[in-house]
Amino acid sequence: MIERIELTKRFDKIDPLSIKNYLDFGGYEVFKKALKMKQEDILNEIALSRITGRGGAGFPVSIKMKSFAKESGFKYVVCNADEGEPGNFKDRYLMEKDPHQIIEGILISAFSTGASKCFIYIRGEYAKAIGIMKNAIKQAYKTNHLGMNILGSNFSFEIEIRRGAGAYVCGEEFALIESIEGKPGRTRVKPPFPTQVGVFDKPTLINNVETFCNLPFILRIGGTEYSKIGNEYASGTKLISLTGNVKNKGLYEVPYGRTIREVIEVLGGGVNDNKKISMVQLGGACGAIIPESLLDMDIDNEKFNIFDSKMGAGAIIVMDESFDMFDIILKNMEFFQHETCGKCMPCREGHIQVLNLIKKFVRYSANEKDYLSLESLAQVIHETALCGLGQTSMTSIISTMKFFKEDYQQRIKESLFKEEYYG
Amino acid sequence: MVNLRINNIDITVKDNMTILEAARQHNINIPTLCHYPDLHINSDCRICVVEIEGYKGLKTSCSTPVSEGMNISTNTPKILNARKTITELILSNHDATCTSCVRNMRCELQELAKNLGIDINRFENVLVKKEIDNHNPALIRNANRCIKCGRCIDVCKEVQGMHVLEIIGRGHEMEIAPAFGKYLSDESCTFCGQCANVCPVGAIIEKDNTNTVWEKLYDPNYHVMVQVAPAVRVSIGEEIGLKTGLISNGKLVSAIKRLGFNNVYDTDFTADLTIMEEGTELINRIKTGGVLPLMTSCCPGWINLAEQEYPEILPHISSCKSPQQMFGTLAKTYFAEKENIDPKDIYVVSIMPCTAKKYEATRKELRIDNENPDVDIVLTTRELGKMFRQMGIDFDKIDEVEFDDPFGISTGAAVLFGATGGVTEAALRTVYEILNNKPLEDLEFKSVRGMQGIKEASVKLGDLEVRVAVSHSLANARVLIEDVIAGTSPYAFIEIMACPGGCIGGGGQPYGTTNDVRLKRIASIYEVDGNMVYRKSHDNPSIKKLYKDYLIEPNSTKAHHLLHTKYSMRSGKA
Amino acid sequence: MILQKILESYPVSEDYLLEILIDVDKQKENHFISEEEITIISNHLGIKESHVCSVVSFYTLLSTTPRGKYIIQICKDVPCYLNDDFNVLKTVENELNIKVNDTTRNQKFTLEFTACIGCCDEAPAMRINDSTYTNLTREKVIKIINDYKEGKYD
Repeated sequence: MIERIELTKRFDKIDPLSIKNYLDFGGYEVFKKALKMKQEDILNEIALSRITGRGGAGFPVSIKMKSFAKESGFKYVVCNADEGEPGNFKDRYLMEKDPHQIIEGILISAFSTGASKCFIYIRGEYAKAIGIMKNAIKQAYKTNHLGMNILGSNFSFEIEIRRGAGAYVCGEEFALIESIEGKPGRTRVKPPFPTQVGVFDKPTLINNVETFCNLPFILRIGGTEYSKIGNEYASGTKLISLTGNVKNKGLYEVPYGRTIREVIEVLGGGVNDNKKISMVQLGGACGAIIPESLLDMDIDNEKFNIFDSKMGAGAIIVMDESFDMFDIILKNMEFFQHETCGKCMPCREGHIQVLNLIKKFVRYSANEKDYLSLESLAQVIHETALCGLGQTSMTSIISTMKFFKEDYQQRIKESLFKEEYYG
Repeated sequence: MVNLRINNIDITVKDNMTILEAARQHNINIPTLCHYPDLHINSDCRICVVEIEGYKGLKTSCSTPVSEGMNISTNTPKILNARKTITELILSNHDATCTSCVRNMRCELQELAKNLGIDINRFENVLVKKEIDNHNPALIRNANRCIKCGRCIDVCKEVQGMHVLEIIGRGHEMEIAPAFGKYLSDESCTFCGQCANVCPVGAIIEKDNTNTVWEKLYDPNYHVMVQVAPAVRVSIGEEIGLKTGLISNGKLVSAIKRLGFNNVYDTDFTADLTIMEEGTELINRIKTGGVLPLMTSCCPGWINLAEQEYPEILPHISSCKSPQQMFGTLAKTYFAEKENIDPKDIYVVSIMPCTAKKYEATRKELRIDNENPDVDIVLTTRELGKMFRQMGIDFDKIDEVEFDDPFGISTGAAVLFGATGGVTEAALRTVYEILNNKPLEDLEFKSVRGMQGIKEASVKLGDLEVRVAVSHSLANARVLIEDVIAGTSPYAFIEIMACPGGCIGGGGQPYGTTNDVRLKRIASIYEVDGNMVYRKSHDNPSIKKLYKDYLIEPNSTKAHHLLHTKYSMRSGKA
Repeated sequence: MILQKILESYPVSEDYLLEILIDVDKQKENHFISEEEITIISNHLGIKESHVCSVVSFYTLLSTTPRGKYIIQICKDVPCYLNDDFNVLKTVENELNIKVNDTTRNQKFTLEFTACIGCCDEAPAMRINDSTYTNLTREKVIKIINDYKEGKYD
């Protein structure tokens, strides 16, 4: 079922520490071609490709790039490699196994929009990836793929790595910008947006690692051709981080339009020990938990809107019947309680209360009032939080209240029973 | 212009307005909590959320700009539920012992909870109690009441350039505190109190000294006198619920008398005295080639900054004590001798718009014979209001009374001390006439008035064209200070006030001191000046008498001994 | 000494604060940033101590209290949890005889939780300083800890 393996095609075939390997594999050829193209032609190809951001929000890439290209003065590109969403590891693989593909994608986006410098922001936990990317950048400078007058052109460009230090929220674009500036990763108020006022108050184009990796691909085969991969809602391939109770956990490159079930059963080889799937969480801790019956849904961003959620960065976490839903939600909520930056009040003060309420369900001491409080609180955090962290942190609760409502009711009944008989 | 609809009311507003501004302009009230005029829009509390047709979720009205055709609702059940829930959440991590809080009935959080009709809190109280910082004479920081709205940080960082307060920690554990989570007194806090003025709750407050004053008032062993700073007469009205910028002289004196003080005096008197001393100092420094520019010394917040961060600047600062301290000194010397009272039995209370004055009064350098403090205790405008409320004084219904003699007669120049640029204007009125030996035609130096951060003026003194500069807020002060240290300052005289707007915008002034409010108070200051019989310090007959009877002449040995002081470096920590 | 070298390796610009702090924390044997160092760093960059404190206290990889030479971080997120059939945390706790967030008496190990470290395809996983250990089994964990105890990585 894997028709095109593009982003992962060099994985394990080249030495990530060698730019020569990458060049021998046709690396930087697309960038050289781009250097000879008109900037608007590159942007048009990207528009034709219909590519959407791969970091989770799924915003059309060309709209962002075009509005960024219009800004004047010194401009930055930022590569978001702060992959912190539990269940995702695609960016780590992209960095560890084919670092120059990312640099090539960054170069194309910078050249086509007139940017002068890039920060690659990598989470501090990814020590190996940081080492490999640093080496790749050094090599790129040495071979004049970075620096002044790149490959004899008028285009000059720098890349610098900045490390995170243990803060999931820095994956949020403004928190990331603050962190690049050496500050705590607390988001800023929008508008203005990063494409207008970003790093050091300069216009800034932020994309996810995977998004940048798609750009050489688009220019190589052309935007129209690229747009034919996938379905009417989303084009191209998606890297899926498949984890949990499946036989073959791993990273898979899948064209949009495949179903979740196909990924789990064909690629993942189904569930361990022939157990049944009870739940699947999509995207990571911030994603929806859906029942087995919804697995025939496609992997794309559009259709997920039915439960106000998205495929996120492409994690699929499969859970078999031996796990308790409330334990899973508790883990998710502990994660967010730990990661909330504290800036906005519903997120800062809300998560600890959500955690308290979920603990009641875990401990069989919940009642109907707790359910109502939880439902209202989750909705308020979702709707009023300042940044993506708080807005999405409640998805596992909101989605389970929709798809597993009877489990909540059952737990409330059991709680009552427990209280009556055991006090 | 932009056309939009809020709650089915069609309105037209200017471009670039936020929804909140547009709504308020058309008298549609949207509740807020973290929002404060003149400060950053942090958009942290999310209380001001509204629904906009076609937009997902709820949007904060404080940060969302209006756009053509927007259809906005500000009060749907969904919005109300969100506001209530967020308020409950805040209260669940708050020491809501309201009746024992200084902000009771004057608290923005309490007001919000009341207006939203929060009757029960669905959420468990998760407050982890922290130590209260009570380790300095001016301010108390109570983290248990803090709602982390960030106003204090903004004002400390952006307006004052101090960076004493910061967000320490992350998420639910985060708190607003000085570096290393230490006490304010461990850091280079100037005690300006701007944080306390903008705090919406009782998390940073002035140290309350009202009980001490009540005790002394009813202690027969003490002769208790009080001085009232210039800025208080244009702000006390707000504190007791009257009009912003209301001028209250006679009623203020009358109300204070009713509290039981033996004498009610005017700090304006020693403001005039300061002009005589500081003006003479300036003239001497100009004539003898002394250290210039001469920098004013009335503001204790600025003195703290200088001693902690800019030791090189100290020789520039006038050796004059501040008017508050000059008053205390005279009370315990001149007055004591005249009235034949043992200085130890005299208890001097000050009513100041300022929290740093509480610290100033405790300075070792400012004591009679190294032991008896010039000033015994300092109350802020807010504490005076509290005493009025405790006493149940009805300001509207009391008579007007004059300040007592001999420290009751003052000039328009003295009252100017309350507003930024005022000390400069008062000094120029006197120095000009002394040096040029002719009357000044236009008394009003308009270029040093108003809310511009740094102002300057140029005046001909004798043969010399002298330039003077004025700054208010410590961030602005730093600009002038750094020029002086670099040796590039073109000025002969610099006035520095720590608080925006000068003392009328002091940290001890009534809550809700925004720039609009400051402008009204400033206007009242100039109105008072304009109505005075004497408008120049050297015309004050009581001052003339004081020199004749006691101090001999400005900068005399006696005046130096009593009215001047020294500054010293304090290694960055207060 | 370490600090001075680190400071010299970056331009004097406040945006390098986080990079500097990461290096200090990483390179010091006891993996923490002291008050003294905060003061030196803030003077060097011309920023306020309070700002440095706010950064240090925001990022969980940084510490203001001394830690062991080896920081063992156990992932506690869902993908690892789903594959942890022997309890990695308990195993490490037993081997070191400490609880999470504690440091062994010989100052060699500190045990911490970490958020997902992106090794979910080889879960369960843990990190010791900059090294990642995956596909953990009880035996594997015990061996890794013993190797460290015996000084194989010193």
